[in-house]
Amino acid sequence: MEMPVPSATVLAQKARIVKALRKVLPRDAVIDDPAETRAYECDALSAYRCAPLAVVLPRTTAEVADALKLCHEMGVPVVPRGAGTSLAGGSMPSADAVVLGLARMNRVLEVDFDNRFIRVEAGRTNLSVTGAIEAQGWFYAPDPSSQLACAIAGNIGMNSGGAHCLKYGVTTNNLMGVTLVTMQGEVVEIGGPYCDAGGLDLLGVICGSEGQLGVVTEATLRILRQPEGARPVLIGYASNEVAGACVADIIRAGILPVAIEFMDRPCIEATEAFCHAGYPDCEALLIVECEGSEAEIAEQLGLISQIAARHNPVEFREAQSGDEAKRIWLGRKSAFGAMGQKGDYMCLDGTIPVSSLPDVLRRIGEISQEFGLEVGNVFHAGDGNMHPLIIYNANEPGQQELCERMGAEILKLCVEAGGCLTGEHGVGLEKRDLMEAQFAPEDLEAQMRVKDVFDPQWLLNAAKVFPLHVSAARRAG
Amino acid sequence: MRVTRESELVEVVREATGPLQIIGGGTRPVGQVAGTSVQVAISGISLYEPGALTLIAGAGTLLRVIEEAVAAEGQRLPFEPASWNALLGTTGESTIGGVVAANVSGPRRIQAGACRDSLIGVRFVDGTGAVVKNGGRVMKNVTGYDLVKLMTGSWGTLGVLSEVAFKLLPAAPAQATLVMNVPLAQAATVLSKALGSQFDVSGAGWLPGVGVIVRLEGLADSVAYRAAKLAEGLAAYAPEILRAEGAQLWRDLAEVKPLQSARGDLWRFSVKPSQGPEIAARLGGQAVLDWGGGLVWARVPEGADARALAAPYTGHATCLRGPFATFEPEPAPVAALSRGLRARFDPKGLFNPGKMG
Repeated sequence: MEMPVPSATVLAQKARIVKALRKVLPRDAVIDDPAETRAYECDALSAYRCAPLAVVLPRTTAEVADALKLCHEMGVPVVPRGAGTSLAGGSMPSADAVVLGLARMNRVLEVDFDNRFIRVEAGRTNLSVTGAIEAQGWFYAPDPSSQLACAIAGNIGMNSGGAHCLKYGVTTNNLMGVTLVTMQGEVVEIGGPYCDAGGLDLLGVICGSEGQLGVVTEATLRILRQPEGARPVLIGYASNEVAGACVADIIRAGILPVAIEFMDRPCIEATEAFCHAGYPDCEALLIVECEGSEAEIAEQLGLISQIAARHNPVEFREAQSGDEAKRIWLGRKSAFGAMGQKGDYMCLDGTIPVSSLPDVLRRIGEISQEFGLEVGNVFHAGDGNMHPLIIYNANEPGQQELCERMGAEILKLCVEAGGCLTGEHGVGLEKRDLMEAQFAPEDLEAQMRVKDVFDPQWLLNAAKVFPLHVSAARRAG
Repeated sequence: MRVTRESELVEVVREATGPLQIIGGGTRPVGQVAGTSVQVAISGISLYEPGALTLIAGAGTLLRVIEEAVAAEGQRLPFEPASWNALLGTTGESTIGGVVAANVSGPRRIQAGACRDSLIGVRFVDGTGAVVKNGGRVMKNVTGYDLVKLMTGSWGTLGVLSEVAFKLLPAAPAQATLVMNVPLAQAATVLSKALGSQFDVSGAGWLPGVGVIVRLEGLADSVAYRAAKLAEGLAAYAPEILRAEGAQLWRDLAEVKPLQSARGDLWRFSVKPSQGPEIAARLGGQAVLDWGGGLVWARVPEGADARALAAPYTGHATCLRGPFATFEPEPAPVAALSRGLRARFDPKGLFNPGKMG
C-alpha cells in the first residue's frame, strides 16, 4: 500500500515538536519512546504498520484543542484514533504523524431518560455506553461486532453499523450531536439533544468522514428502551438463490425483523467444525431474529415460518429456550473465529442490492476458483451488506498481494451490481485505491471540497479515503 | 423556467449569470430569495424494488406519485412527509426533491428517522455545472463522505438535486392511537412516559382541544397488545384507544391543522423534547407539539420575536411567516463552516443566495 513520503521537515523537528507538545499537555499524555509508540503503529488492518512520530493521549477537549492547534501551527500531520479496531486501516499512522488517541476520554457526561439521550466522551467503548444504562432497561442500538473494544469516536468516524441495523439504523441515524475540534484547534458544537440541524446538516457529513474533518471528543447519542424479548429462528436452504428469495419475501411481507443473517456453505462448514453449533448440512443458512413480547414474537415468527415453508427449507428451527437461541447465534458469532482457524483472512464488507445476492454469491465463487483462495460468506442479508472472508497464508510470499487483488475483484463486482465498496467498515487505507471504481472525478472532487473547508492544509488523516494521486495537489498545498 | 432533464439543468447552471431561485413544487416557500426561477421537473420513478425496499426517482417526481407507487406494494416512505399547503396558504403539489431539500419529516420522525435518514443516494448539479453523485441504492454505504445528508435540508443552496434514492419500509397493517385529554402543562410528563416505554411508539404529540396523542403501529395482534399495555401504564391520564379512526388525528398533526387558519406569524422550534410544552406556553399557547414535544409549531402575534419569547431553549427555531431571519443564526464557528461549504459547492453564489443566512 503506497503511502506519501513523510515530510523530512517534520521528521527533522521531532524533538522540538515533542517538547512543544509536552508544554501544552500533561507529562504522561505525550509518548515518544519508540518502544511505547509501537502499540500505535497499526490498527486491526494489521498487515500494515508504521511507527508514528509521537502519540498524544489527552484527557479533555481543551487538551485535544491545544494539541491540534500546536500541530496545525507546526504543520504536523495528525491521525486520530479511537480504540484502533479499524479493519480498513483508518487509524494507521504515517512516520511524520502525531497519533491523537482518545482512550482516556471515556466518561459518561449526562444521561437523560426523559429526553432519551446519553452524552459521552468519544473514547468510550460502544458496549460500555449500553453498559451505563442497561440496568435501567435502555440501550444504544448500533452494535458493530467489535463493540466490546471499539470506541464511539471510531464508530462516528466510520459510521459503523452492526447486525441489528436493519431495524435501528447505523451510527448516523443514532447520533444527535458532537463536540468537534477542528485541525486549527477550534472547538465546535454541532447538533445536540434535539432533532435535525438548524442550518446545513454538518453532523451528517462529519459522521463517516473517517477522522478527516476534525476530532470528535464528545457525542450525544439517542438511546432506546430494551425490547421485552428477542428470539431467533434458523432456516436452512439447498441453494443461495432460494435463501435470497426467502429474504426478499420476508421483507416484502411487511415484517421487519431486527436481523437477517446469511451464511454460505464454506462458512457453515467452518463454524460447525469450530464450535459445533449443530447447524444443518446445507448450502445456505438464514438466522432471523424478531423482537417484542412473547405474543408479538410468536406472531412475527408465525408469518416467517409460512414464508420460509413456501421455499421448501432443508431445516426450520425455532428457538424454544434461551439456550437454543444462544446455540443458533453461536455459529454466526463464531464465524470470524472459525474462518480464522483456516488461516489468515481478509474481511470485506461491500454492499449490494438484496435482489442481486444469488448472482453475486455465484460470481464470488467463480472468482475464488480463479484465484485459488477459499472464501466464505457471512453477512447481514436484510440490507445487502456482505462480508466475504478470504482465507490466505500471510507467511507465504505473494499470498497477501494475491488476496488483496482478489478482494479488489470482489469489491468491483459489488459496485457493478449496483452496490458499494464498503457498507460499514469504511474506506480507510484498505479501499482507498478502489474509490475510482465507484466514483467519477467530480464525485470525489465534491467530497474533497468538504475537507478543504474543515482542514484546508490537509493535515488530518490525509492519506486515507481518497486515492493519493487524486488528493496529491491538496496534500502538497 | 422549467427543466425536465438533468442535461438541461446542467446547461442552465453553466449559462447562469445571476442568482437562480430553485423550486420543486413551490409548496414550501420560506426564506424567499430573488433570482430567475428554475423549477425542477425531472420526473419519473426509474427503479423500484419492493423486495429490496428501495426506490429511485427524478427529483421533480410528485410526492403523491411516489406515495401511490409504494402504497400499491404495501410500503411507504418511513418519514411521513406531509403537505404544508393549508398551513402556508400555498397550492400545487410537493415534489420529492423539494421534500428532500427541506428535510420534511412528519410524526414518525421520532421512530423511523427524518427524511435525511431514509435518503440513501442523490445526484445533483453543483454551482460549476458538474453532475455529482453520492450514496447509491443500497441501505448501508459508508464509501466516502456522506453528502446525501449534507444535501438534505440544504434548501437548494449547495446544488440542485436531479435524482434521489430512498430506503422504504413496509406499511404497518394496523395502528392504534391513545388519546389523553391533558393540558399543555402536563404534556411533557405524559409524552416522556409514552416514549420511555418498551412499546415502540411511532408518534407522540399534543393537539389543542384533544390533548396528548400517542401512536402504535405494526402487526394487528402486536398493536393490540402494546396499546393495552401502554394504556395500563398511562391509566392515570385516562387514555381512550382509537383504531383506524385515529389516523385523522395524525394527518391533523402532520399538517398542523389547528394553526392553519389562526392569525399571527408562524414559527417552528426543534428543541429538547421536555422543553416543548414550556416553550409553547411562553409563546402564548397557540401551539401544536410533535416529536414527543421536540417540535413546537406556534402562532405568535405579528412582529413578536418568538426566539426571544421562547428563550432559553436547547435547539433552533425557524420563522416560516414573519419579519425575522428564517433560520436560527448559527454560532460563529458553525456559520463559518456552512459559509465555506456554500462557497465551495456554489462558487458563483447562484443557488438561492441568502436563503439560509
